Amino acid sequence: MINTDTMIYRDNDGKNIWQFLKQELKPKGKWLTPFNLISLPIMLLGLVLIVIRFWKGIGSITNLTQDVPWGLWIGFDVVTGVAFAGGAYVITFMVYILNMKKYHSIVRVTVLNGFLAYVFYAGALLLDLGRPWNVVNPIIGNSFGTSSVLFLVAWHFLLYMIAQLIEFSPAIAEWIGHKRAHKILSAMTIGAVIFGITLSTLHQSGLGALFLMAKDKIHPLWYNEFIPIMFFVSSIFAGLSMVIFEGSISNKVFSDQISEKNQKAHHSIVISLCKICAMAMFAYFFLQVLIFVHEQHWSYLTTSWGLWFLTEMFVFVLLPMLLFVYSYKTNSFFMAKVAAVITMLGIIINRLNVTVIGFKWDAAVPYYPSWMEIAVTLAVIFTEIWIFRWIINRMPVLRESPQWAKK
Amino acid sequence: MGLDRRSFFQMLGLTGLTLALGKDAKAAPSEEEAVSFKAVLYDSTRCVGCQSCEFACAETNGLPEPTDVPETGVVRQLDETRRTVINSYETSKGEVFVKQQCMHCNQPACAAACLTKAMFKNQEGPVTWRGNKCMGCRYCMVSCPFDIPKFEYHSANPKIVKCTMCVDRLAEGELPACVENCPAEALTFGTREELIKEARRRIHDDTDTYYDYIYGEHEAGGTSFLYLSPVSFNELGFNTKIQKSSYPELSKGFLYSVPSIFVLWPAMLLGLQQATKDNELKTENDD
Repeated sequence: MINTDTMIYRDNDGKNIWQFLKQELKPKGKWLTPFNLISLPIMLLGLVLIVIRFWKGIGSITNLTQDVPWGLWIGFDVVTGVAFAGGAYVITFMVYILNMKKYHSIVRVTVLNGFLAYVFYAGALLLDLGRPWNVVNPIIGNSFGTSSVLFLVAWHFLLYMIAQLIEFSPAIAEWIGHKRAHKILSAMTIGAVIFGITLSTLHQSGLGALFLMAKDKIHPLWYNEFIPIMFFVSSIFAGLSMVIFEGSISNKVFSDQISEKNQKAHHSIVISLCKICAMAMFAYFFLQVLIFVHEQHWSYLTTSWGLWFLTEMFVFVLLPMLLFVYSYKTNSFFMAKVAAVITMLGIIINRLNVTVIGFKWDAAVPYYPSWMEIAVTLAVIFTEIWIFRWIINRMPVLRESPQWAKK
Repeated sequence: MGLDRRSFFQMLGLTGLTLALGKDAKAAPSEEEAVSFKAVLYDSTRCVGCQSCEFACAETNGLPEPTDVPETGVVRQLDETRRTVINSYETSKGEVFVKQQCMHCNQPACAAACLTKAMFKNQEGPVTWRGNKCMGCRYCMVSCPFDIPKFEYHSANPKIVKCTMCVDRLAEGELPACVENCPAEALTFGTREELIKEARRRIHDDTDTYYDYIYGEHEAGGTSFLYLSPVSFNELGFNTKIQKSSYPELSKGFLYSVPSIFVLWPAMLLGLQQATKDNELKTENDD
């Protein structure tokens, strides 16, 4: 990649901004990469499927039933995707509230990741809405269903996206070289961070609270009145595992953008994040044990559902927790990555157990996602990665801010 | 990055906004209106399984007529073209028919779940769906403990389909179509209070025929469809483990915590931020 510093970081005070944007919209770098060759056909396929979905109804491409009205798109795209985006509120808490300077180099990329996750995965929600033209009703108008947890979640998604955009906006100002905007937007960061953390606490737990009324439908091993707290606690290590995972990929793929200093710092950041993950996972595991004892579901343990529950708890919570402990004891970057991946799989399994797999577990016709639902999900993920890559290659996210912005 | 006057006021503004929004999160509707709800009593000891209610329902709502008949061992399901069905069960007292439709809960989970107030508990008791508000999220289906709302999966303009207790007919002083057309007088329309008394009277007068329980009196906090049966409701495929308190109660605790978090979190975070910033200033001065 060519050094784009001189091209981007001029102070163009609005004169040639359109030319600049037009030039920036053009693709950079090689086109025929393996990633592009795999992702492009899937994205096109996803687009076709989405057209069919809006033309013929949701049932034309999904396997949803009258018993199971929420499937992969809600359980994975929205509920799991948002848990993975939890890294943004944890890292901004550490950097801006606790003033931990050490993590400053990863704060922008984490916020960007979180923002895009919300835009795309909450955006995927629109595909699942039967009557999307009424989507503004909870926001504008006189149809406020204030007794609904989903009302709260919808508002929080919207407000949190705005808060994250404000948190990220200094990078945009640096990109187009607008000094005044940069100053104003930077001053708003703390407010946005405080607002964002409060919103995250409530909607991470709110996604769990959505299922509180489905008391008779979710398998007893996964239903309890503490779902909201468990969703919140697990979003901490889900988000941080995503930060570790994404960071290790970005450090390779975008290595030309990251300064040597930050590349070295990354190792120590990851090891420190391992400690936080291990602590949060210990708390989570302990709470799970307490809840299990409290609910007295011993008899379920001998069933296949019990085995699945134990697998989730021991293989996908306790094991990665121990691996996180091991990686910071031995300072092993590799083990940290392994632990992060297992933790992420565990989060996917946990969220799907509550929302899809354990939901109507005794239904006559069980739900399995259709290949088309999976294809659309993959298309959404790939589109997000494309946009992520586009932004990383243009804005100072991984690379250092220009000198004028550092003052 | 410091906290200057401007960002302080911005923060004040944000906190105010969060407070205002936090207050929006009210809990479930109050119980006081439960007194005058209209209701239907279904007496399965009288039902002969003739499906007149199904035909009347289909005709009134412009749905296709049923083509199958109740059959023991087969559970006919409600779907987007059927708002009520009759099923047959082989029980310890012989064949018993059971009608299924929306229970019209006193405190409906579907209405509490609805973020656009499309699912709506009318003052007279019926729970109805308003298409101009609904965004088709199907959270009502997830929340309903009786699995009643159905969705038109194969339509580009899908509707949520369920029994409306013929709310339009009620407004014109008529009976619900199923009640009016029942030849066996298995269905009785009235206020919920009256019908509970009537159900008690029937059980009291004929303890041999009736099983001593009114399903719907307390289920899910009370429903507007009340059931009498000759046998235990377990034998008729009812969910008898259903909780006796209302379903919106389950998410009340979470919703009540929202305003507290919205007040406590920003204050605490701002305090923490200020505290850690002061530390930093001191070390800078020491240098």
